[in-house]
Amino acid sequence: MSVSTPGRETEIRKLDRVVIRFAGDSGDGMQLTGDRFTSEAAAFGNDLATLPNFPAEIRAPAGTLPGVSSFQLHFADYDILTPGDRPDVLVAMNPAALKANIADLPPGGILIVNTDEFSKRALSKVGYGSDPLEDGSLEEFQVHKVAMATLTRAALEPTGLSKKDAERSKNMFALGLLSWMYHRPTEGTERFLREKFAKQPDIAEANVLAFRTGWNYGETTEAFAVTYEVAPAKLNAGTYRQITGNTALAYGIVAAGQRSELPVFLGTYPITPASDILHELSKHKNFGVTTFQAEDEIAAVGAALGASYGGALGVTTTSGPGVALKSETIGLAVMTELPLLVVAVQRGGPSTGLPTKTEQADLLQAMFGRNGEAPLPVIAPSTPADCFAAALEAAKIALTYRTPVMLLSDGYIANGSEPWLIPTTADLPDLRVEFASEPNAPDGSGEFWPYVRDPETLARPWAVPGTKGLEHRIGGLEKADGKGNISYDPDNHDKMVRLRQAKIDGVVVPDIEVEDPSGSADVLVLGWGSTYGPIGAACRRVRRQGMKIAHAHLRHLNPFPGNLGEVLRGYRKVVVPEMNLGQLALLLRAKYLVDVISRTKVSGLPYKAEELQDVFIEIVQGVQA
Amino acid sequence: MTAIELGLPTIGGLEGVPTTDEKQTAKDYKSDQEVRWCPGCGDYIILNAVQSFMPELGLKRENVVFVSGIGCSSRFPYYMNTYGVHSIHGRAPAIATGLATARPDLSVWVVTGDGDALSIGGNHLIHMLRRNVNLKVLLFNNRIYGLTKGQYSPTSEVGKVTKSTPMGSLDHPFNPISLAIGAEATFVARAMDSDRKGVTEVLRAAAQHRGTAVVEIYQNCPIFNDGAFDVLKEPGERDRRIIPLTHGEPIRFGAEGEYGVIRDPRTGTFSVRKVDEVGEDALVVHDATLEDPSYAFALSRLGGQDLEHTVTGVFRQVQRPTYDDLAREQVSAAKEAKSADLDALLRGKDTWTVIAD
Repeated sequence: MSVSTPGRETEIRKLDRVVIRFAGDSGDGMQLTGDRFTSEAAAFGNDLATLPNFPAEIRAPAGTLPGVSSFQLHFADYDILTPGDRPDVLVAMNPAALKANIADLPPGGILIVNTDEFSKRALSKVGYGSDPLEDGSLEEFQVHKVAMATLTRAALEPTGLSKKDAERSKNMFALGLLSWMYHRPTEGTERFLREKFAKQPDIAEANVLAFRTGWNYGETTEAFAVTYEVAPAKLNAGTYRQITGNTALAYGIVAAGQRSELPVFLGTYPITPASDILHELSKHKNFGVTTFQAEDEIAAVGAALGASYGGALGVTTTSGPGVALKSETIGLAVMTELPLLVVAVQRGGPSTGLPTKTEQADLLQAMFGRNGEAPLPVIAPSTPADCFAAALEAAKIALTYRTPVMLLSDGYIANGSEPWLIPTTADLPDLRVEFASEPNAPDGSGEFWPYVRDPETLARPWAVPGTKGLEHRIGGLEKADGKGNISYDPDNHDKMVRLRQAKIDGVVVPDIEVEDPSGSADVLVLGWGSTYGPIGAACRRVRRQGMKIAHAHLRHLNPFPGNLGEVLRGYRKVVVPEMNLGQLALLLRAKYLVDVISRTKVSGLPYKAEELQDVFIEIVQGVQA
Repeated sequence: MTAIELGLPTIGGLEGVPTTDEKQTAKDYKSDQEVRWCPGCGDYIILNAVQSFMPELGLKRENVVFVSGIGCSSRFPYYMNTYGVHSIHGRAPAIATGLATARPDLSVWVVTGDGDALSIGGNHLIHMLRRNVNLKVLLFNNRIYGLTKGQYSPTSEVGKVTKSTPMGSLDHPFNPISLAIGAEATFVARAMDSDRKGVTEVLRAAAQHRGTAVVEIYQNCPIFNDGAFDVLKEPGERDRRIIPLTHGEPIRFGAEGEYGVIRDPRTGTFSVRKVDEVGEDALVVHDATLEDPSYAFALSRLGGQDLEHTVTGVFRQVQRPTYDDLAREQVSAAKEAKSADLDALLRGKDTWTVIAD
């Protein structure tokens, strides 16, 4: 859609969606820039989704390819599902950022380059034989060459800041320019900068000035003939905020503490990409949240389990390598049947793998990564905002069934953000549970038996120390059914293994819902966790091309929804895309004997809607043929 | 400056744990579980000493928790009629740290062994000590792996011939007291399983200490390392080898008090001399309250792996804020400063509202 406005120097084009990628050196502040543009888009009322992408190194050598950090933002006037496959606009702050990202920019795309960094030395550092800005290799793009550093420095000269400090604000220049191009509100950013640098007012003003200089540059130079508008999205009525997956997950844990009326005890050890949950929770001690940064992953989960034993909501947060270390203690939680929330924010593996990249390859570890028959419920959120509800649900299951629960997020949704329809406390589920207070022996002996089970949930009583008359001993050795004393009896062990399994199998989970507007699709796409957005977007594309396709998304990986087998058997073909080598597909085949088609990707990057669309079309057409 | 200004604990180790007026006996602390250690195991003596000692504290039994790891000694909680967790190998300090931090109204005891605490759980041990969590640790040291049927342990003497070291063990052992003091533990003591009075005395002091109290107990394993501490028990040897400590008293021992400990002014190390050779005034007067751990560390070096000498009693007892008290204070301070308004948290700073069409 394009309308030109007569009588004005710049044409305003209306767009329904735009994808912008800011790319620069990891010291250039690209994450902050992207984050601010996101806030502006949110404040304006667009729907949005973001994808930060940064190196594992804190400061890789400046100007090198490994040091490139980027932030992609998709904003639209309708509800979108992903941060976008390819940018419409690429902002490249140096040759490395250009080289690392240019392949993703489609022909005709807008490229805004900070020319100040394009020295011969910087070019050769990343292997450019000639200057791409001069050699015609960027001909197919709309290139805007802007000397951002020079312009920023000149504008900031009156502030008396050093050249180096002044140049540091060039990311705000870029933000100002883009904000002008897309008619974004600016008050929020100026307010943010003044708050962020409240203790250094001169730096705050320098950033505000750089931001305005960028804006004015767009308005006063004739380099940019067109500006763009993306109208607010028609989202469901309500109050929204922008939120990342890790923040939503942390809030979900705080809410779980409030709704269960239990103190929260987080035992954790720093690990990418889960550490932000610790950072967030450590700010909310006023909600009765204790955060314990342990000496290692093992102590982290051990302390959380100890706190659970004492009657707190014990939580541990980690990523794949940390789950491996915690396995033994999680097994102890299975054996002692105590509530424990284990949050695993997956990253590329195996071993240290790709700490800052995303993957879904810990599903089987979550399911089976313990010695013995040690089942536990597994839940996976599907979007950044969904992490809130998923955390609450995981906590509810842990508390209700007295079991460790694995919550499988991943780097993609942990760092990504989207608008969140803010719930009110009153609408959140009630998580209250009762501690045991009375002897319970079924034989009327007046004793307390720690392994007498609730007939519905099969949960054992949660008898916390300090309760008179309920003194008992638990541990990792096999327990006698009911009494809970150590038992080496073969029949008892057989019974207890089956009881623990039956308890988890009996966890009540809602039926899976299928989205199929046609109601008669032959092909079902079944995903889990963070692939929700790309799969959903790809299905929309397939349908727009006149084909039928159904999409269902698993939140409950263990136990599976009761209707899943029936759903799977209701389609001629079931395709299961995953960011691993087919772990869910393996489980589905084993449990339902359904010949699902596994499609996988393990590049450390999320699926693009485009690549899934191609996969789906091929399968749909295959079925039709 | 006062202790309060310094942030030091001014309360005892049991402050906050509810007490009872009901009279308790050792029997009240015996669970209905059959004790299954080998006949003659030193663990029996320690168990009896603890069961006899607990009533003295006058605590509500339901507010006492024993947490253990894995090993023979770690069966201990099953035999105590209190709350108890028999956890996993080496991890009792971690589990107890979470429990003690979450529950200031509990008296938490960790029972562990030389393998559990110093091998697989070494990391948790030192970090518990540096944090000074309000926990009492009974470290049973039999210098052998018993439950796995006789491999050498991190406290076994070099050259130990065991099932896993038929040509003798190679690795240098830990001195658990030196290790604890090196980690700046605030309370460190040692006792012998054969000395019930000594065990009870250090337990008493440990219970009253606010912070992590480590009590190493030499314990005989009659099956896999029988007689490991016999030289410290034989009438002829005992008196010249064991150096008992009494706070404020000169360090003097021997059947006739003929030996004493002196300090080398040049190196700060301690050595044993005959009192009549060096004179009584030259003897070190024991001061467990010295802030600098060097003194207690030097004391711990008096006993080597050959047990030529073994120091018993309380090496070190100093005041330092406990992790769990401080963690709870932060939560209380945060609660006082800011109400727990969940709706406000979820809303955050930047919101926008979509109106229904």
